[in-house]
Amino acid sequence: MNFHAIRAIYTFEMARTFRTLLQSIVSPVISTSLYFVVFGAAIGSRITGIDGVSYGAFIVPGLIMLSLLTQSISNASFGIFFPKFTGTIYELLSAPVSYVEIVISYVGAAATKSIILSLIILATSALFVPLEIQHPLWMLLFLVLTAFTFCLFGFVLGIWADGFEKLQLVPFLIVTPLIFLGGSFYSIEMLPPVWQTVTLFNPVVYLISGFRWSFYGIADVSVGVSLGMTLLFLAICLGLVAWIFKTGYRLKA
Amino acid sequence: MGAIISVSNLAKTYASGFRALKKINLDIRRGEIFALLGPNGAGKTTLINIICGIVNPSEGAVRADGHDIISDYRAARSLIGLVPQELTTDAFETVWATVSFSRGLFGKPKDPDYVEKVLRDLSLWDKKDNKIITLSGGMKRRVMIAKALSHEPQILFLDEPTAGVDVELRRDMWEMVRALRETGVTIILTTHYIQEAEEMADRIGVINHGEIILVEEKAELMRKLGRKQLALQLDENLDEIPTELAGYGLELAAGGGELVYTYDTQTERTDITALLADLNRAGIRFKDLQTKQSSLEEIFVDLLKEER
Repeated sequence: MNFHAIRAIYTFEMARTFRTLLQSIVSPVISTSLYFVVFGAAIGSRITGIDGVSYGAFIVPGLIMLSLLTQSISNASFGIFFPKFTGTIYELLSAPVSYVEIVISYVGAAATKSIILSLIILATSALFVPLEIQHPLWMLLFLVLTAFTFCLFGFVLGIWADGFEKLQLVPFLIVTPLIFLGGSFYSIEMLPPVWQTVTLFNPVVYLISGFRWSFYGIADVSVGVSLGMTLLFLAICLGLVAWIFKTGYRLKA
Repeated sequence: MGAIISVSNLAKTYASGFRALKKINLDIRRGEIFALLGPNGAGKTTLINIICGIVNPSEGAVRADGHDIISDYRAARSLIGLVPQELTTDAFETVWATVSFSRGLFGKPKDPDYVEKVLRDLSLWDKKDNKIITLSGGMKRRVMIAKALSHEPQILFLDEPTAGVDVELRRDMWEMVRALRETGVTIILTTHYIQEAEEMADRIGVINHGEIILVEEKAELMRKLGRKQLALQLDENLDEIPTELAGYGLELAAGGGELVYTYDTQTERTDITALLADLNRAGIRFKDLQTKQSSLEEIFVDLLKEER
């Protein structure tokens, strides 16, 4: 294992985050806080609670997932796309590092950033709504698993994208709608039966449901299914990354 | 001297069907400066990129100091430093950070003293805290070299190292390359400046259409393929070459004021004495004479012409 390389890449990526603190941390925290102010305090106070949880508190896990998913994808995709864009990828490809080490360092740094951000948002939310976390270890497990899964997905996206437009395409056109329609702001039980069935094809439902269960003990689907689906996505993303490095897809001619 | 890089039957066909390399074989000797010459699209960069691990070969094998570049890539790559043709750097990093990053990436522990030495040798020390975006093109080129040297490689690839740099910096770089060779580093450079190869290389390789068409010691190459010319400045201009001198293949130049005789130094007889005697017999007098050795550039152009 080339630990010096892992440390070099990880430190380099984390340094980029701290260099762009406003964009990396402050901006997502402010935008999520606005959600709490609007949906939690202003509108939420007029909405009845769901399963005994106030609306403001109910949306906290969904909003954290919203930030976690979008930031994981964005951090990891940008981390690998930028060297491709600037041409500095030559150094990574010519270095004595294995694909596993590359993934550990890039995805590890991106996941670290996303997890730190999620914890900051969690702490911020406590300022607006009363919070309880019934299963803190499960909460951390879902947080870490989801962060790594979507960072891997972002990594794949960053390798696939050959321009900034494609880099934004998937997060904005596919992932964000899936998050909004995946129960971030409501329980899927509130939907008509047909739409409840349709919603079950949305993978994000399982992530949000499991995460919300760790907070309040309420879930749209069983926690076992949520965990199973999260692990399935993780396995799919790992498989994709392994294939990319085996074939050199969009990395090596 | 043994080969530090050994290329066997290396071929590369891109997805488009373009055959960039056609089963080439090449040995680079330990400690030499090897210049790889060839026109644009000849396969120089593809060859370098395969050896460095950036491009996958279609066929064949490459060994760096005995290590296969695919099955034993860690050992092979840790020996190699690459300065690519393009100025690709992390614009917002400082010089110190980017060079230190490269050292770590190649598996070396932190060594501020060594990084300082590299930066000082390349006259980058006073720029160490500057962001790369603020540096001139020549300074960026030095940063690329510093990155390539950061992990103490035994083999250094310089792909067009002096493209776009001014004459002074080019001279500085030549000095630096020679100094590196003195420390035992093997240097492989590609260049469009034939003068650069002529100035620095121990051996020359010429690649064209994906094939190595020649590998030779520079001095031997210039001796074997170099032509010499004898130019005679005449007292009186000639309208045409007299028939009695037709056998020498003379050319008239400078509006008839100069006779040029091209001869081969490799032959037993250059016939210069006979020519001078025949000129005297023909009543042609000259006021001055010069000899000129063909340059590497002329040899290179001739080789490519023959290829066509």
